[in-house]
Amino acid sequence: MNNFTVEATELTRIYGGREAVSNVSFNLSKGEVLGFLGPNGAGKSTTMKMLTGNLAPSNGSVKICGIDMIENPKEAKALIGYLPEMRPLYKELTVDEYLTVAARLHRVSSGHIKKAVELAKERCGLGHMSKRLIENLSNGYQQRVGIAQALIHKPMVVILDEPTVGLDPIQIRDIRALIREVGGDHSVIISTHILPEVEMVCDHVQIIDKGKLVFNGSIDVLKRQRVGNKLLIGLNNTPNADELLKISGITDVEILPAGFVRLTFAGDAAPAEAIVLASVKNKWGLHQIAPDQTSLEDVFVQLTYQEQAVSQEQAINQEQAVS
Amino acid sequence: MIINVARKELKSMFASPMGWVILSLLMFAFGTQYLNGVNDYFAVMSGAMRPAERTGVTQFVGQNVYGFASFIVLFAVPLLSMRLISEERRNQTLPFLFSAPISLTEIVVGKFLGLVAFLGILVLFIAIMLSTLNIWADIDFGFIVANSIGLLLMVASFSALGVYFSSLTQQPVVAAILTFVALFALMFLDRFFAGDPSNTLANLSLTHHFQSFSGGLIDTGDITYFVLFIVTFLTLTVRRLDADRLRG
Repeated sequence: MNNFTVEATELTRIYGGREAVSNVSFNLSKGEVLGFLGPNGAGKSTTMKMLTGNLAPSNGSVKICGIDMIENPKEAKALIGYLPEMRPLYKELTVDEYLTVAARLHRVSSGHIKKAVELAKERCGLGHMSKRLIENLSNGYQQRVGIAQALIHKPMVVILDEPTVGLDPIQIRDIRALIREVGGDHSVIISTHILPEVEMVCDHVQIIDKGKLVFNGSIDVLKRQRVGNKLLIGLNNTPNADELLKISGITDVEILPAGFVRLTFAGDAAPAEAIVLASVKNKWGLHQIAPDQTSLEDVFVQLTYQEQAVSQEQAINQEQAVS
Repeated sequence: MIINVARKELKSMFASPMGWVILSLLMFAFGTQYLNGVNDYFAVMSGAMRPAERTGVTQFVGQNVYGFASFIVLFAVPLLSMRLISEERRNQTLPFLFSAPISLTEIVVGKFLGLVAFLGILVLFIAIMLSTLNIWADIDFGFIVANSIGLLLMVASFSALGVYFSSLTQQPVVAAILTFVALFALMFLDRFFAGDPSNTLANLSLTHHFQSFSGGLIDTGDITYFVLFIVTFLTLTVRRLDADRLRG
């Protein structure tokens, strides 16, 4: 018996002959936060709908804590808290009424409903909004109600589809903290296209593009990819590229505007000190030196772009083979 | 779980002015009809000299009110049932129910029962209103019970049809119009075949099956018809929602 909370096996969903999601498999253990990344229309929401039983997969299976979603939907759904992309709020109800309904529908025993509602409100910072109609709440507060609704029955797996969309920076910070907190004792799956967010809250990352998983691994792997062997230096008197290349370990020089230079160095060389010394000696006027990280965006673009390049190559090869 | 869905529906119904307005307007209309019935009773009965022409006060006023009620709910039910599923579809709140640990059948039956409970308030109020006649006269409670059961069954059938049409569309107004047209056709089907009472199509008419109740007769055949009607349309609704899940 393993202790995976979510097991997705070869999930495939076909919309009118087109595969919106194809062969997505992954496992999630207790206490992990999984980030789902992907460009628009990549199949993030479709995958989430299948995980929560809102959409029947064309092929493959979903197991929540070992319970099959297709065979025992009720038991499996009881273990999930889900916030879809469009918040499913009944705007004519007050926050308290809505959360009470959510608690009842999710089988919170009648004695505990009041406590569960209070706890969910407290966690999502909704305490002073209890008696307000959801319709009159601001966008950010509505989002919090949506999240509260997903957490109310203390589910094993919390699935949030783009939870920080439309929030102000402070609310985003709160929500991220909340996701981390929830991730402590539940499993969390969030989808987003804000990359730093993934870095901040997730242990695991999956990048999905055109319905296929292109990356599946721990966040550290992704972070390692982005720390490159590059230095960004700022010089007041920029010398010729040749002079910079003389410094041992430097393999490539790229002159950028405004006196900045990007240096690429060989694998394990540490040329920083040599650069500073050379700068002092030759009066280059060094005012900045920093490792030049490829941003997560670049890694993301690389991963999704590589896939395209490969498939294009394949297409060309096939064409050649045919002709 | 069905109860929880029904409670949610009732709460939504009373959270908007719509529910209250419809309830009060209908009660006003029924009250007026009741008052007219009582007035007319004295006018008509004072003219009816022979005993054969005389009817009891319960039957006279009751038929007046229940006949009117069975006609007026034709307009009221589509207005109430239209938003049950179509509005959830439009506001994208259906995932809230779909991802809760309840089956589609429970969702549909819950919504249906919520609406029937709301309309049941009307039926109950009419019965209480007519029972007040007992203060001045010795009334026939059996007649009121039979009519109440008949009206409730008919209203429930209307609701089942309304829920089904509501599940077909995203636009509540379209659902209301479709429901109204379908109900209207079903109500007056027997008028078209008035010359041939044994016609099968005339037997499909809802009014046709309400008639025995309005005479104070509880006929199991008619009850079966209403129950089958309700089950059919609720099943169709469940299938329609299931298609959402399968086809997306």
